[in-house]
Amino acid sequence: MIRLALAFVAVLGFSSPIHAAVDIQEVTTPGGITAWLVEEDAVPFTALELRFRGGGSLDRDGKRGAINLMTATIEEGAGDLNAQEFAIARDELAASFQFNVSRDALSVSARFLTENQDEALALLKLALTQPRFDEEAIERVRGQILSNIRSDLNDPNAIAGRIASELTYGDHPYGSSLDGTLESVGALSRDDVLNAYRDVIVKDRVYVGVAGDMSADELAVILDDLLGELPTGGAALPPQTEPRVTGGVTVEQMNIPQSVAMFGHVGIRRDDPDFFPAFVANEVFGGSGLQSRLSLEVREERGLTYGIGSYLVNWDHSHMLLGQFSTANDRVAEAIDVVRAEWARIAEEGVTEDELDTAKTYLTGAYPLRFDSNASIARILVGMQIDGLPIDYIETRNGKVEAVTLEDVKRVAKRLYQPEALRFVVVGQPEGLESVN
Amino acid sequence: MRFAAVALLASLAFAPRIAAAAEVTSFELDNGMQVVVVENRRAPVIVHMVWYKVGAADEPPGKSGIAHFLEHLMFKATDELESGELSDTVNRNGGSDNAFTAQDYTGYFQRIASDRLELVMSMEASRMDGLRLVPEDIGTERDVVIEERNQRVENDPGALFGEQMRAAQYLNHPYSIPVIGWKHEAHSLTLEDALAFYEAHYGPNNAVLVVAGDADPDEVRRLAEKYYGVIPPNPNVVERERVTEPPQLAERRLEYADPRIGNDYVIRSYLAPERDPGAQEEAAALTLLAEVLGGSSTTSVLAQKLQFESQQSIYTAAWYSGQSLDDTTFGIANVPVPGTSLEDAEAALDNAIAEFIEEGVDPEKLERIKTQIRASRIYALDNPRALANRYGSALTSGLTIADVEAWPDVLQAVTEDDIIAAAKKVFDRRKAVTGHIRKSATEEVTQ
Repeated sequence: MIRLALAFVAVLGFSSPIHAAVDIQEVTTPGGITAWLVEEDAVPFTALELRFRGGGSLDRDGKRGAINLMTATIEEGAGDLNAQEFAIARDELAASFQFNVSRDALSVSARFLTENQDEALALLKLALTQPRFDEEAIERVRGQILSNIRSDLNDPNAIAGRIASELTYGDHPYGSSLDGTLESVGALSRDDVLNAYRDVIVKDRVYVGVAGDMSADELAVILDDLLGELPTGGAALPPQTEPRVTGGVTVEQMNIPQSVAMFGHVGIRRDDPDFFPAFVANEVFGGSGLQSRLSLEVREERGLTYGIGSYLVNWDHSHMLLGQFSTANDRVAEAIDVVRAEWARIAEEGVTEDELDTAKTYLTGAYPLRFDSNASIARILVGMQIDGLPIDYIETRNGKVEAVTLEDVKRVAKRLYQPEALRFVVVGQPEGLESVN
Repeated sequence: MRFAAVALLASLAFAPRIAAAAEVTSFELDNGMQVVVVENRRAPVIVHMVWYKVGAADEPPGKSGIAHFLEHLMFKATDELESGELSDTVNRNGGSDNAFTAQDYTGYFQRIASDRLELVMSMEASRMDGLRLVPEDIGTERDVVIEERNQRVENDPGALFGEQMRAAQYLNHPYSIPVIGWKHEAHSLTLEDALAFYEAHYGPNNAVLVVAGDADPDEVRRLAEKYYGVIPPNPNVVERERVTEPPQLAERRLEYADPRIGNDYVIRSYLAPERDPGAQEEAAALTLLAEVLGGSSTTSVLAQKLQFESQQSIYTAAWYSGQSLDDTTFGIANVPVPGTSLEDAEAALDNAIAEFIEEGVDPEKLERIKTQIRASRIYALDNPRALANRYGSALTSGLTIADVEAWPDVLQAVTEDDIIAAAKKVFDRRKAVTGHIRKSATEEVTQ
């Protein structure tokens, strides 16, 4: 591949998109659940996306990893069905349910055929409302999670991410991996898993997006049946927090030929009036193409890396400007100097008219391309609701990009890019580079 | 030729209503370029891809990595375009582009608003015969490729071992060589190497155009004739005749230790037949064998026996990909629970497979897998990119459109006995490579 597909797209908080052809309906059920729906009957199946706000950040004190273990075990048996019986029932319907947990939400991505959607939804309801959490299943899944943690202990990307999180967020839930540690996961009991379930899977924190072969009337009935029996409440959400990372370099020695470098500092709030200028500025600076400043200077001019980018990250409770690259141990110091110089240059000079125009045409042109499948549309609908965006956001979004001026970018770049606050976390054996606080 | 992909679904047990499904059209230009159009009008988006029937397995000796290096250099200048202009233009039009190299093919694609098809086609045609490399392109881009190798392979012990394993699997065939190239050879690739490879293999008579999404076949034909149709066939292109494997008579066993390994595991690959045009039955049986053995973390044979019953394993896996120009591999792996030796883990894996061959295939399990395969054809209609990949990769791996069309029915026709027969034949240790991968070379038992 000419370039690595960087898996950072979703972090833009912008998980919204669309095209004029996407007609979103808001559905409110008799039971009081709200969902956003895009009907599409060309293909006889439906994608349903649920997100329970809070996610892995709701772990109780000393129980790090409990919600992750619960999420990985929730489909391992429900009601009268043990793990294998549940899987057989699901496979016979050719449905799929994926349970995932992130810092901010537990998500359920379901896909089912129109012809047996009632049976598929009944099965999903069983997993959501009557999970068994059998001791045997917990032990089996715990073994898998522990093996993942052991792998991460030897993975330079995971190590860099862990160090960066600790430096940035300390004791806040964002400061540690929601997987937990070998010790914390090893000590979890079945009661901890049950508590995790009660703390997270609650009706008043669920957001619903649906795309596919389903009408609004059908959806209203289905949702009350699927979610109506869930309790309300849940554990308290964590507080807003500011990144406490300071400028400098943190080196973690590891015997690998190529160093992994992560860098960043505080970002900008999603609801800040200057968010769009910042978003456009960062597209010029470290955006997706090979034409971004970081890519031109670090990759195209100097051949220092296969891929480099920077991203505005907006979590529910904090926000950052982050970036990443990998380069040979004897070249990482040079690459860091280049990134620092670019950081200072954009803060000082802003961007050029041509750069601004290019970024705008890319961002506005790429926007409708996101709405090309039921699964992606369902995810987008949920993301918009979680971010508190209005239902007509898709129609106004490109206008907000178009409205950004050179002066806007210059003002925001000066505020956003702070060379003296930039922290690099480097894992490897970098030559000529030492930790600096 | 024009047919509807929905015809593939005609035999469904649950034949569903399909209104606006993907339609597939194919034709050939006078200069030999194949064209496939996969229509899906859901969003005003197209994927435009050109696949060349050349990959890493077609490299000259000593030049490993040149197919992939050339793929990178294809983004430099052409007769009409400046270096980087293609990607820059795609970006300025709201699109994205990329490329990929495999053993059997090299592909280039753009994803963009459907009214920009002509733009991307004109640029893609420009680099089909008009690449203009200059010495300054080489050094920096070679450094980029070496960093790519560092990132994908050198920093990943599992990937490093995978290279060693494939090298041991193939005694004579070039699938033994990694696509990205051996590091020492990748360091010495030159401008002349890249141009020689380009001139030997690139041209319309060695290419397949796939346009998927919001595309009208007649319009695609008009544009393809205008931009690709005017490029003369490359007379250097010859039918691929690769060296073949001799009889494999001796089992190979590899030991690898790396302190970066998080969990010890045992892995084995067997030489296996691939899908051949007009003869996909054995590959279909092997595809279902892999599904029955390892397709589900809960209900497949290896999971049931090793994770649920004996609880000796954390993960088990079985995999097979029949799409390959030449002989492919069938793989199995077992990650034992801590405290179990790899010798015991390997024995448990072998016992599980021996029991499976003795017991036969559970008919209900096979029926469930077939149901899921049928449903996957419906879900695929929501994803024109995947359909485009299916056609592009098949047509550059020795298969025809008829083979792609027939494949779902060939899978449905596989019986329990076919699967067991395929298992008995493929699980031949003389054709196998077994790897033990450990954190430490000295400890037999891991914690």
